[in-house]
Amino acid sequence: MTTRHLLEVEGLTVHYGKAIAVENVSLAVHEGEWVSLIGANGAGKTTTLRAILGLVRPTAGRIRYRGQEITRLPAHARVELGIGYVPEGRRVFGDLTVEENLLMGAYRIRDRARIRRNLDRVYHLFPRLAERRQQLSRTLSGGEQQMLAIGRALMSEPELLLIDEVSMGLMPIAVSHAFGVIEDLHRQGMTILLVEQNARKALVRASRGYVLETGRIVLSGPASRLQQDPQVQQAYLGM
Amino acid sequence: MYYYVVVGIALALYVTLTLSLNIITGYGGQPTLGHAAFLGVGAYTAAMLMTRAGVSWWLTFPAAFLTAALLGLVVGGASLRVREDFLAITTMGVGFVVVAVFQYTPWFGGVMGIGGLVPPPGVDKVALLLIATGLAAFTALVSWWLERSWAGIALRALRDDEAAAEAMGADTRRFKLLAFVIGTGLAGLAGPIYAVHLGFVSGPDFGFHFSITLLTMAVFGGLGTIRGAVAGAVILGLAPEVFRFISDYRNLVYGGLLILMMLIRPTGLLGVTSLRLPGLPGRKGGISRAAP
Repeated sequence: MTTRHLLEVEGLTVHYGKAIAVENVSLAVHEGEWVSLIGANGAGKTTTLRAILGLVRPTAGRIRYRGQEITRLPAHARVELGIGYVPEGRRVFGDLTVEENLLMGAYRIRDRARIRRNLDRVYHLFPRLAERRQQLSRTLSGGEQQMLAIGRALMSEPELLLIDEVSMGLMPIAVSHAFGVIEDLHRQGMTILLVEQNARKALVRASRGYVLETGRIVLSGPASRLQQDPQVQQAYLGM
Repeated sequence: MYYYVVVGIALALYVTLTLSLNIITGYGGQPTLGHAAFLGVGAYTAAMLMTRAGVSWWLTFPAAFLTAALLGLVVGGASLRVREDFLAITTMGVGFVVVAVFQYTPWFGGVMGIGGLVPPPGVDKVALLLIATGLAAFTALVSWWLERSWAGIALRALRDDEAAAEAMGADTRRFKLLAFVIGTGLAGLAGPIYAVHLGFVSGPDFGFHFSITLLTMAVFGGLGTIRGAVAGAVILGLAPEVFRFISDYRNLVYGGLLILMMLIRPTGLLGVTSLRLPGLPGRKGGISRAAP
């Protein structure tokens, strides 16, 4: 059982000052799974992801990756272990060109040939980025920036992709495209932990899901069962 | 002729200092309000070594680089601990402290400073101009190399979004330190030239006013580009010569220019987005940076 766990979070608690953002959250992601974390705005989804990546320091709890304790590791070391991150609101580097953004994603890889290969893969996945490789990324559309954010995360050859609010601020067509890409990646074996307000999109292809409410996990289970759950339907699926 | 040579040396020093400040503030996004102090450290290092130890002027260059860069490392260390607005205050404080140490320590010549600094035989003003121009060119070359290197991309990325850069696996602390060490070290290199050009060094000359002048040059020309730093240093360096008749109001003009620039053209005269024609996709500033 433990060997199949790629990521284990146990009793995670995060405070911002005195305010509690996440309380006693435990979750697990198995290899090859797509796990979605749903919940309303401010429920603690983003904080959970940021703690997993090491961008916020938890006040309590443990995070293990492939059985190895990573709770105290700095973010850059976790990237090296194979955790990729697509941040909320894309957060591409606006003053850098598309290609430089992608190079930043491959920051931990010093082998030029491998970087070249990863670049080709990302350009193959997103031909639009290839067309615009020398353009400053601030001039891209929201959808293109989202592709860039995903591409940038892929450059580090992650095994686990943390994706935060991929639909935020995007046109519906760009949202569909982004989810299409995530589906493809998952089908090719990528393990995914996705955080999303849009519960319908998040659960449709997911293996399992967790529902966060004011910093706690209130419900979890197979995505198909969550979709049928009357509580979830009422609160998050608008049924 | 002599006049032009003297102005030329000053301009070359301004270019060197503005370029070196641009490495810290322009590439790395770390505000620094005490940059002249590092020139001071370099100049005092040269002055002390020449007058107290009889060291050849040429050999004071590496020493000036090292002392300035060492202090830069310390200040850079502070940049890892404080937020940007506090860093501005910290660097300002370092500037004040350096000036005070020079001014009030008898060992450093006290209020009188250190005088009688002459270049070695054979180095006349024209040669000094060539050396100063060479240093400016070297600083530009270092900047150019830095822009294209991994460190340069990482610096610009962390200037844009530090947390995101960290999430990409870049150890942002190392690059901030690197920017501080290179930037302050290069400013220190200008010290020996400054020292023999003026013939004496004195603490207050490296104070807040000079630091602000350098920052104004960098911002006016356009932070983050070599062409911007050079243009800012040359234009604002020449301005007092051209506008000698308003010399009493120079500070007013500098301050006014800085405010105007922030209002009309926040990226500076020749900043990052300056070479794009209006109408073409340029600065949109629309990337979402919602608080996490």
